[in-house]
Amino acid sequence: MKLLALFAVCATGVLLIYGTVDMPDWGDPHSPASVHVSPRYIEKAMEETAVPNIVTAVLADYRGYDTLGETVVIFTAAMACILLMRRRRK
Amino acid sequence: MEFILTKYHYWIYIILMMIGFYAMIGKRNLVKKLVGMNIFQTAIILYFISTGAKRGATIPIVDHGQGGAMHAVNAAYYVNPLPHVLMLTAIVVMVSTFGVALALIIMVYRRYKTLEEDEILELRK
Amino acid sequence: MISYLEDVILQTVCRILIPFIQVYGLYVIAHGHHSPGGGFQGGVILGASFILLCVAYDINEAKRRMTEKVDTVFCSLGLIIYSGIGLICLVLGGSYLNYSRLGQVLPVNPVDARSIGILGIEIGVGITVMAVMISIFLDLASRGEHEEGLE
Repeated sequence: MKLLALFAVCATGVLLIYGTVDMPDWGDPHSPASVHVSPRYIEKAMEETAVPNIVTAVLADYRGYDTLGETVVIFTAAMACILLMRRRRK
Repeated sequence: MEFILTKYHYWIYIILMMIGFYAMIGKRNLVKKLVGMNIFQTAIILYFISTGAKRGATIPIVDHGQGGAMHAVNAAYYVNPLPHVLMLTAIVVMVSTFGVALALIIMVYRRYKTLEEDEILELRK
Repeated sequence: MISYLEDVILQTVCRILIPFIQVYGLYVIAHGHHSPGGGFQGGVILGASFILLCVAYDINEAKRRMTEKVDTVFCSLGLIIYSGIGLICLVLGGSYLNYSRLGQVLPVNPVDARSIGILGIEIGVGITVMAVMISIFLDLASRGEHEEGLE
């Protein structure tokens, strides 16, 4: 069983390393992640929101709806733990 | 050599991911499988943040002088902030699934009095 | 069950250290605009101060300070603050979570109103994350048994 797991893990690892040949280089300023909408957030965050921290401005203002969904996710985790486990001590 | 210098960080994250993956499928104890899932998710988070790095760039907090003196912001001077934002959500999801999974493991222990996977499969027959 | 191991050094150090950890958590929430931080990070630090109290002392000692009823109320309070700010922006005429409309009730210009809206929702997120950390830890550590119901 463990030998089968080891073989599956090695096969997946080799396939993933083969897939990294086409990926962007380390620290490339022209990688596709840093080109399309990210420069607009960096340049306009301070003048549109008056918040110097760009990560907080994007998280709470430009993507505020997603942060609301994420807060609901962590609230749901607490409710799941409560529903699963609480019982009154007799 | 140039190829190794530009891609070595992907290989480190893949090795970490495979360690977590082996723990998820190769171990028999339920808690060890859960720890493997946590290692896997951590490797994914590190991988995503590494895609936003830029050479010679600093953290994505704009220089702000006293009294709100603003100057032009050059996008190539700051690290890409979007992967940081997405990974904050991913970290919260990681913690939530870990908490609910631990609660489920406690319920499994209450019912079967053991945490080994093969013993639980035997008891279910 | 968390066993009760009485250790003088641990209890003395934790008694001195926990208020400072809580002040640091509030600092991280409040300085989310100017330095790395924000709601999630500060909420986790506040929750961790409470878990340190559980580890150093007995779990009943910690439950006396934050009962499970109050903790569940705090979970919902943070979400109510977050959605409430969004609804206020909707009522004032803009779209949901468009904070520049808050500039019509507060004496600031629309750009600074966005900054105040961001601070408000970060406070809500911090309260919810702190309450959820405490709630999940208390459930897992006491295996669900507690004295009173949730009525």
